[in-house]
Amino acid sequence: MEVDEVYSREQLDEAEGKQIEALKARSQQPIPDPDEWLEEELKRNILLTSVDALLDWARRSSLWSVVCFPACCAFEFIATAASRFDISRFGMEIIRASPRQADLMITAGTLTWKMAPQVKRIYDQMAEPKWVIAMGACAISGGIFASSYSVVPGYNRIIPVDVYVPGCPPRPEALLYGIRTLQKKIAKRSLINQGR
Amino acid sequence: MVIKTEPFVVNFGPAHPSTHGVFRMRMTLDGEVIVDMEPVFGYLHRGIEKLAEERTYTGCIPLTDRLDYTASMTNNFAYVLAVEKLAHVPVPARAEYLRVIMAELQRIASHLIAVGTFLNDCGAFMTPVLYMLREREKILDLFEMACGQRLTYNYMRVGGLSQDIPDEFVPALKKFVQVMPGWIDEYDQLLKENEILLARTKGVGILPKELAINISASGPVLRASGVKWDIRRADPYSIYERFDFDIPTGAVGDCYDRYRVRIEEMRQSVRILKQALKGLPRGKVRSDVPHLFRPPVGEAYGHIEAPRGELGFYLVSDGSIAPYRFHVRASTLINLTALRDMMVGWKVADAIITFGSIDICMAEVDR
Amino acid sequence: MTVPISGKEIARQIEKKFPQGIIESSPQALVVDGKSLLEIAAYLKNTRGLDFDYLAAITAVDYLDYFEVIYQLTSLKHNHSLVVKTRCYGRESPSLPSVVGLWRGADFQEREIYDLFGIIFEGHPNLRRIVLWDGFEGHPLRKDYLRW
Repeated sequence: MEVDEVYSREQLDEAEGKQIEALKARSQQPIPDPDEWLEEELKRNILLTSVDALLDWARRSSLWSVVCFPACCAFEFIATAASRFDISRFGMEIIRASPRQADLMITAGTLTWKMAPQVKRIYDQMAEPKWVIAMGACAISGGIFASSYSVVPGYNRIIPVDVYVPGCPPRPEALLYGIRTLQKKIAKRSLINQGR
Repeated sequence: MVIKTEPFVVNFGPAHPSTHGVFRMRMTLDGEVIVDMEPVFGYLHRGIEKLAEERTYTGCIPLTDRLDYTASMTNNFAYVLAVEKLAHVPVPARAEYLRVIMAELQRIASHLIAVGTFLNDCGAFMTPVLYMLREREKILDLFEMACGQRLTYNYMRVGGLSQDIPDEFVPALKKFVQVMPGWIDEYDQLLKENEILLARTKGVGILPKELAINISASGPVLRASGVKWDIRRADPYSIYERFDFDIPTGAVGDCYDRYRVRIEEMRQSVRILKQALKGLPRGKVRSDVPHLFRPPVGEAYGHIEAPRGELGFYLVSDGSIAPYRFHVRASTLINLTALRDMMVGWKVADAIITFGSIDICMAEVDR
Repeated sequence: MTVPISGKEIARQIEKKFPQGIIESSPQALVVDGKSLLEIAAYLKNTRGLDFDYLAAITAVDYLDYFEVIYQLTSLKHNHSLVVKTRCYGRESPSLPSVVGLWRGADFQEREIYDLFGIIFEGHPNLRRIVLWDGFEGHPLRKDYLRW
């Protein structure tokens, strides 16, 4: 069957290559972590209304993740979602591929420069409020592959990360601890926003 | 009246829940039927072959773990076999038996994931995956007892294993081996004659025998197409000649055959485990190899039957502590060569099933 | 048990047919000239008694003076194996004929060797970068590739 493609394969590859090189050029410094929630001053001066407390409780008790499963940590995430370490008791069993319906991205795997524009695009498509958990050594700093020619040294080069979970791969219990830490952070969200 | 249709190109992008990792396909579709398909990968290329040139021979073992991460034990096994072939290092008997036990347990664990996710793609949404992950957790408990890790073990060393198994391992393994056939029968009973599974997978994604040999396919993909080639039987490594097991093959080479071959292989693995447990000797688990070990100048190609196919390592040594060239013969990369032939003419839903039945692991395709 | 066939034995069998093709032969491998690679490979594949119908692996190694490409051939019928090597010289654009016509399994592996080493395979239907992106400068697995 004759197909007149609008773009040829070579053109598509070239465009993708340009996109990757452009992203690489502007990601030379890590993005600073959003960690104002750890400041002690904020805790003392602000009271939460009951509506804010309710909203924060609702947000943190039903975090829906978006699919971002490059590499090995994905299998520990799947094991966490399976019946032994049941992530469903935290309200998180919904792992859909739709970024618009998600508010959490658990980055489970090594990020390469070739994949980076796609991950950034998924992150940009997620609706606010959104959070990122960097799972595993490769997500934090490039891990065992940090000195490689095609690996991004940590997701915080392209997206801001809220919680880092170390391990290679982290055990399901470690990931659940990371999720719990994120839930504590979300509990203070209105606190931080009012301070601005 | 004839309706004029126009084909269009759709991107089956790297971030997709059904592509078992970061795999991209550019499909040209005419309605729902695939007219042309081009696979694009490299989204997980981490440069393992280059990184290995900077590490010692023992230091490369964690890198091999992360190749096909659902089957790390067999990756380690293939690599240490290649190094032992290069340097003629002897391995004690207890280590050989334990290696076979670990490899066969890993084969069961890997096939559980393969079959579970394949059935997920077929439409049985989460039930088979949860059942099979339940069994896999039992195997991971055994591995954790032996080496402390659940996914990337780093357990085998040049000349044996890194440490001996604890006392509670053998009774736990005996218990596992007794109940596992019952669980395999449970999955089989639910799925073997299931009409939906038969309708979706029989006759879909056929890989003919001559094409399978021509593209150098290996593992369950090759055996489902009717070729009885298993490296454990054809070119036995370690102590596989002492064990008695069958090699299941398929007739046609469609998705159903590949699924059946994997289920039967799990049964055969349990059979090998029983025999290995009976013959497990005492002794040390590692022969004396210096820490910064220098093999003689030369090259070696060592290959094993990994769960996904023939995994081979080609090593070139120049007499120093790091390999001069470290190449991985990735079974899944080569199995993907005929993907276009298997998909063209079928619908998008069939394409997902065909792709799932080849059972790839992107980290091994891209290295 | 897969019997590894000695390169010397194969050399003896084929040196009359391909007098210039063989560069050296040893028990481990048979080194052939790049120009006669396709003919020798076709002979190895199609002759009865040899029947090397399965290409197990293709690799390349960078030995600074030359690039060496290694073919691991196996015969499923007779259960024997052979290692065939060939060399190409020059750093700018070394090239070799492609064996995709004989063994389709060489498709992705040759593309990968082109991507990571820069060796051009003539006759390959789709020789483009496969694991790295278009626009990546250099060929990483060469010994003179500097990362920083």
